[in-house]
Amino acid sequence: MAALISTYAVADRPLKARPGVGETISQTLTMARRAYIKMMRNPEQFFDVTIQPLLFTAMFAYIFGGAISGDVKSYLPTIITGILAQTALTASMARGTQLREDMDKGVFDRFKALPIARIAPLAGPAVADLLRYGIAATLTIVVGLLMGYRPGGGVGGVLAGWALTIFAGWSLSWIFTWLGTVLKTAGGVQGLGMMIMFPLTFLSPAFVPKETMPDWLQHFVDVNPVTLVINATRDLMNAGDVTMSVVWALVGCAAVVAIFAPLSVWSYSKKL
Amino acid sequence: MTTTTELAVSASGLVKTFGDFTAVDGIDLEIRRGEVFGVLGPNGAGKTTTLKMLATLLPIDAGKAEIFGVDVKAHPHQVRQLVGVTGQYASVDENLTATENLVLFGRLLGMSGKAARAASEELLESFGLQEAAKRQISKFSGGMRRRLDLAASLLSRPPLIFLDEPTTGLDPRTRGQMWDTIRTLVAGGSTVLLTTQYLDEADQLADRIAVIDRGVKVAEGTSEQLKTSVGNSTLHLRLSDKTQVATAAAVVEKVTGDRPVLTPEAGGVNVPLADADRAADVLIGLRHAGISITTANVQQPTLDEVFLALTGHGTDSPESAVSPDNSVNSDIHTEEVA
Repeated sequence: MAALISTYAVADRPLKARPGVGETISQTLTMARRAYIKMMRNPEQFFDVTIQPLLFTAMFAYIFGGAISGDVKSYLPTIITGILAQTALTASMARGTQLREDMDKGVFDRFKALPIARIAPLAGPAVADLLRYGIAATLTIVVGLLMGYRPGGGVGGVLAGWALTIFAGWSLSWIFTWLGTVLKTAGGVQGLGMMIMFPLTFLSPAFVPKETMPDWLQHFVDVNPVTLVINATRDLMNAGDVTMSVVWALVGCAAVVAIFAPLSVWSYSKKL
Repeated sequence: MTTTTELAVSASGLVKTFGDFTAVDGIDLEIRRGEVFGVLGPNGAGKTTTLKMLATLLPIDAGKAEIFGVDVKAHPHQVRQLVGVTGQYASVDENLTATENLVLFGRLLGMSGKAARAASEELLESFGLQEAAKRQISKFSGGMRRRLDLAASLLSRPPLIFLDEPTTGLDPRTRGQMWDTIRTLVAGGSTVLLTTQYLDEADQLADRIAVIDRGVKVAEGTSEQLKTSVGNSTLHLRLSDKTQVATAAAVVEKVTGDRPVLTPEAGGVNVPLADADRAADVLIGLRHAGISITTANVQQPTLDEVFLALTGHGTDSPESAVSPDNSVNSDIHTEEVA
């Protein structure tokens, strides 16, 4: 052992001023792998992206279908795209609570003490979460197809809508990542996350046409980022058109990342 | 960038406050290369906070710290490349296996997958953990966690290693194993900064020791110097009649030339002895004065006694300090050992 350890004491060596881009990416992927292994060992982490889309799609379609669109089948183009946005949002909310719980454990002390990019421990799990959004989006679409949903956008449109949902979930997860670095408890992140999630999902055209809402509420619906995502998904999946809504949805998602990713890293590093 | 300074750690006037509470209140430390430096103090003295500031885990509120000449505040990323930290609570991932943990940290440090696996295998073997390599950490014993934690700190071959209370909460056997591991590390030439609550641990491992209390350094020196400051050993006496404590103290002072430490509530008289043979003289003196005792034993000084001597209060209940008229403070000058 002495022989092994003796090679460990090297004081005079070149030091890097900061992590490079390549290193940051590789560190992020390593952290993603850690999150992935943990995910596979805690299957409860898949409840919200498996049971929820199955249950909500079937439930909402059969309950509201007749009332809103006359029959279940003609409600499907509305509800499937709505549920897609809702699941993306719920799945991304879990990011915040998990990060908070994770940060309270000893291993984060080591991450902080390692010469690695500060964003890696935050971005890694977000990358691994793409799998969760992918499962949620796939299941929702499959349930819809089984119930008789025949998207007008064809295979290409559906795939584009699927990808947009995953991108939206990943982008929105940065809001909850930030909450995770700011709030003190996982419970707090969960509570505040719910308060953000419910208005965003229900004050949107996810489940009902916005024209049925009062005027003043429609103003909020128009600026709700979830509305942008839903409109874009509908254009892609139901019509197969790449409209301005799609552009706005992408811009909106990118803006969320541009604001909340640096905020998260800042608040995480400040707590060191 | 290359470092040339002879000091591994150089810190002056370190301060850390949490709200109204000043956890570290102006600590200076100088640790030479290749040295094992012990920071000794009771719970809440500011040991871990000091170490966390040096390891870039907590912002430094005031003062300056350099690791191998690199400023901690200005260049945290560079400091992180020089330091390995083993925390008080094992900082490894509970849900991963030992191998997965080490490979994860190795990859984060820029090793290839193959190199990380090789390094992990090597370290697990030298720390006697190879049979547990594929087990999740949540199934590890406390001692195994600490060893894995230390192994993880060595992956980057850091020239400076911080060990924060490496044996707190371990059973005596595991503690001995941990000490052996640390000794091997030191034999390899690493500089080690060790915090501990146990004088015997600092005694066993450290070249020099700083005693910290309430965020302030109260003494510094070798363990011999610290122990000499309270006598090489102590004679603990219990009197049959508690009211005779003052009389007994006078007798002891006449025999040894030093005033003993008193615990009047329990009828206790603790006599610092430069030489254990003097115990007999003290006992004979008391017999002649007609003072009866219930128990007598001679012990090496404990951390508590070093503390009492240096600060005038014990380690466990800082508020119940010994009253000034029977404290030994006046006899011990911290400058002597500094």
